[in-house]
Amino acid sequence: MPSERRREVVELAEKGDLKSIPHKILEEAYKAGATSDDKRAGTFFHIDQSTVYSKVNELFKGKIELMDTKEALQKYHWLSNYMWRSIPKEKDEFTRRVAEDFSGGYFLRILPNTEVTFPLQSCLVITQEELEQRLHNIIIVEENSKVHLITSCLQHSTAMVASHIGVTETYVKRGAQLNSTMVHQWRDETVVRPRSASIIEENGTFVSNYICLRPVRDVQMYPVAYCKGEGSKAIFNSILYGHRNTFMDIGSKIILDGRESRAEMISRAVTREGSKIIVRGSIEGNGQECRGHLECKGLILDDESFIQSIPELTARSKSIEITHEAAVGRISEKEIVYLMTRRLSKEQAVSLIVRGFMDASIMGLPEALTTEISRIIEIAAKS
Amino acid sequence: MGYLLEVENLKVELGNRLILDGVSFELRSSEIHLLFGPNGSGKTTLVGAIAGLPMYRVVSGRILFMGEDIMNKSVEERAKLGIGVGFQNPPEITGVKLEDLLKLCLGKSPKEEFSDEEMHFIESFRLKDFLKRETHVGFSGGERKRSEILQLLFLKPKLLLLDEPDSGVDVESLKLVAGEIQRYIESSGASALIITHKGDILDYVNARYGCVLLNGKIHCFKDPKYVFEDIKQEGYDGCVKCRVKGEEKW
Repeated sequence: MPSERRREVVELAEKGDLKSIPHKILEEAYKAGATSDDKRAGTFFHIDQSTVYSKVNELFKGKIELMDTKEALQKYHWLSNYMWRSIPKEKDEFTRRVAEDFSGGYFLRILPNTEVTFPLQSCLVITQEELEQRLHNIIIVEENSKVHLITSCLQHSTAMVASHIGVTETYVKRGAQLNSTMVHQWRDETVVRPRSASIIEENGTFVSNYICLRPVRDVQMYPVAYCKGEGSKAIFNSILYGHRNTFMDIGSKIILDGRESRAEMISRAVTREGSKIIVRGSIEGNGQECRGHLECKGLILDDESFIQSIPELTARSKSIEITHEAAVGRISEKEIVYLMTRRLSKEQAVSLIVRGFMDASIMGLPEALTTEISRIIEIAAKS
Repeated sequence: MGYLLEVENLKVELGNRLILDGVSFELRSSEIHLLFGPNGSGKTTLVGAIAGLPMYRVVSGRILFMGEDIMNKSVEERAKLGIGVGFQNPPEITGVKLEDLLKLCLGKSPKEEFSDEEMHFIESFRLKDFLKRETHVGFSGGERKRSEILQLLFLKPKLLLLDEPDSGVDVESLKLVAGEIQRYIESSGASALIITHKGDILDYVNARYGCVLLNGKIHCFKDPKYVFEDIKQEGYDGCVKCRVKGEEKW
């Protein structure tokens, strides 16, 4: 492990109460985007079936609530109004299983008119062989608040075969902004079924970034964002790298109900070594003057792999404009040869193009967050 | 003194069609040659074959660079030996920022900063605002050309193969680009083979020879100003008949 990385892991392990978390797990969490808790507005760790750590940075005490969902349900009985409000319990077998029984999850609430200047982090970890981890997370960003959340989902090397079912319900209130980045670092034999939905009120913004660069047996997800309020906005960005027989069926859906609501979806997918990636995207325009754009680009690097892009655009009023742009195929030979005239080997040229293709700046996020995500992508790609 | 580049009886195919049918010429250090020729005469093929681009198949002949046969060398190896190509239509490199590509050309890692001198150079090429953009994506013709020449100058090659550096470029950009090429040749002792359609570039570079590529063969090594005038008056066909006696061998 390079010394810089080791230092950060040690720092991560020694700062605050994170000491209580095994060093090995912190090391893995670091590779999936976690960092020491003094650099975060709040930190949450759920390992296997229990929440082991949940703490808000002193700087943000009284502005942020972060705790296990079960604990929150006991503390606030109003919270039951938010449970299963955006996703029906009966949606599929996975939501049913979580509704039957779940081990916890994070409850995150940002109080009104709060700008949280540091990101929050949440780490969901599997260490037990053959575990089926079932979580229910709830995020409430109250009116006019602003927050960034980085969620790292990972599986420790002690477990080979496991599954993760995570229900996440997100409520972005009037004028609030949530920027949520999820990094998946599973293992070759993990089955993953996130079930997420979000409701965005008037002038609220919800940005969801998904990054999956490590092999995984099977991930299927199709989060839905309901832009209910006037001028509300939802953005889904994803960077997918399928290798070693990974199967990913990753979609997202935005329903534009509010007048002048906005939708954007950008995805970049690279597939190789017998991997299969399906990228779906659906934008449904119902409200007056809605706008949406969907962009999907995919690279396929060998003949054993597969990539499919399925865009779906729906309009229910003549005032609506929704567009899409999709392209899948190999890297252009012309680009490779061009870079070789700049003294790069063929392998270096391909890797430069692939890395550039998955650059975090495509997401159009604030610079500090882009830098943070680029750092995560770099570490995740190396591991 | 030996030659920098020697092309001997080169025959090259592109997509099973013979494009170059026995081209021979030599280039010394610190020399600029202009290569004229109608569209489709094989000028780009000649540059591509010297650079080793895979789509051009060399049927016979030899290319020597600094006395060494480079026929079996890859594009990358030739580039490392000091052959630099400036493309007529450089491709868009999606996702690769211009600044990262320029750093690669300078042999820097992406984390290293440009020196003041390098930054000054970038500014003089009016490309500072393009550094964070993806290479050539949404660039105008002139912007692409400036990016292309800047990359080459950062690579510091011994031989510049420039495919129409003056096409689609405004007068001001041409003056800048050609002036920098001339300055580089003078200061480094490198050589250049420049493909052009127009004579405008002659005002800014001090070219020793002009020649014409026609029907797969190379003709006429003369003062490029004279060659260009002759093409304008007599056309390419007329020019290669070469009305002037005593063809000078260079």
